[in-house]
Amino acid sequence: MTSLKKSLAVSKALRSIPSSRAPETLLPAVMRRVGLADTYWRLESPLGPVFVAHSKAGISMVSRAKSDADFERSFERRYGRRAYPEKSVPPAAVRALVRHVRGEERRELSFDLRGLSEFERSVLLKALEIPTGEVRPYSWIAKEIGHPQAVRAAGTALAKNPVPLLIPCHRVVRSDGRLGKYSMGGARNKRTLLQIEGAHPETLEKLASSGVRYLGNSKGMHYCYPTCGGIETLVESNTVPFHTDAEALAAGYHPCSDCRPLAIAS
Amino acid sequence: MWHECVPESDRSAWPGGRGDFRLVLGQPEQGKGGRTSMSHEDSLRERIACDLDGSFEELVRTYQDRLYSYALRLMARREDAEEVAQDAFVKAYKALATYPAERIRGLALRPWLYRITLNTARNRFRGKKLRTVSLDHPIAPGSDAMWEAADSPEKQPDRRYEKRRERRDIAGVMAGLPDRYRSALQLRYVEGLRLEEVATVLGQPLGTVKSNVHRGINALREALSESRREGVRS
Repeated sequence: MTSLKKSLAVSKALRSIPSSRAPETLLPAVMRRVGLADTYWRLESPLGPVFVAHSKAGISMVSRAKSDADFERSFERRYGRRAYPEKSVPPAAVRALVRHVRGEERRELSFDLRGLSEFERSVLLKALEIPTGEVRPYSWIAKEIGHPQAVRAAGTALAKNPVPLLIPCHRVVRSDGRLGKYSMGGARNKRTLLQIEGAHPETLEKLASSGVRYLGNSKGMHYCYPTCGGIETLVESNTVPFHTDAEALAAGYHPCSDCRPLAIAS
Repeated sequence: MWHECVPESDRSAWPGGRGDFRLVLGQPEQGKGGRTSMSHEDSLRERIACDLDGSFEELVRTYQDRLYSYALRLMARREDAEEVAQDAFVKAYKALATYPAERIRGLALRPWLYRITLNTARNRFRGKKLRTVSLDHPIAPGSDAMWEAADSPEKQPDRRYEKRRERRDIAGVMAGLPDRYRSALQLRYVEGLRLEEVATVLGQPLGTVKSNVHRGINALREALSESRREGVRS
């Protein structure tokens, strides 16, 4: 062979070195990092499979859906951007989600609530403060965020919660003891979740139907929402039922500093 | 080719918003290994100049195989290569977002992306020695699986074995070449860039690239016949 021919053979051999296919994870990761799309996992929950989407800002959507395509459609309808599936969930993320749901660590996850109004955001962040195993009425949320009149609006904001289960809107119930609506599959699911979390919805309903809103502790002389610190600790012999704040105050009890039953404004 | 551009101010008036761009213009042509025709690059560039967010996914889809392969040859480890490719695309997006449309129209997209990838890989290994050009795909060592798909036209096992051995020889010999030859040869032949594009990626004058490619081929040829002779003797 002449040297020219040999050179051609060498360059031809170089050209024939095959290229690799980019891994499937590359495109979703890039799109999420530049903020043009979110990625999502499919996880098991007490309510069956759920889809959890996250952007670079945080978790953006939790929803039950029939299929990937179903979820992607509803995601795109809500946010106007795409969601790509992630085949595997990083173990660290699973651990963080579990810790969060169990209430062991509530500040670890970040949420992408950019599409919401200031009011809606403050309602959801307030709901995030309700510990596992406890519930608060809608009016408590409204009072705590400084809009005591906006009870109904707080309910509407909770109904729009893009990240149910993780921001526990299921822990917000009606003042009359009924559990109220639930965006993720209706009231029955709300009951299921509260049962799993140990909030004893039946006991709560029984108390509420007899008009009891608060339980006072005769040792510490303070009164609480029935689930404060876990319902078991309060449904004891030294508890005193109260129907209103006024009744409790008149009996010499002061509002608990953990669950803050009394309106801040008053 | 697509030349009309919806001005920024009228974009909301565009039917269906930015999503329609892709619909109107069709899906990107994607050859095996992400080879891209020039006319596709031109029209893609035009779309990016008009609507970066609406066409960035197409840019990633068009170049991801090429940039990942390139990164893999630079970094050798899959995880590193994926991170380098990711970082390169993110950097590209951030840069494009700040460029005026006219600047994007004048951009040679392909070499520009390779250059970002190369710089990303270099920065990542600043201080450490960058393992430039591993032509061996780091799947399992000794595994031939990676060649199978690419070799499909060659059916006879003997012929295929021959090809494989030839490539392995080349990979070994390439690794021993001086960096200036290796980078030029890789971009020119393995990645298939034009000489001007190689010059852009490496930030070198065209003359330098030409001479490095030429000398590189000669060096490679000689080293190759050297290694063959040794192979015969042993």
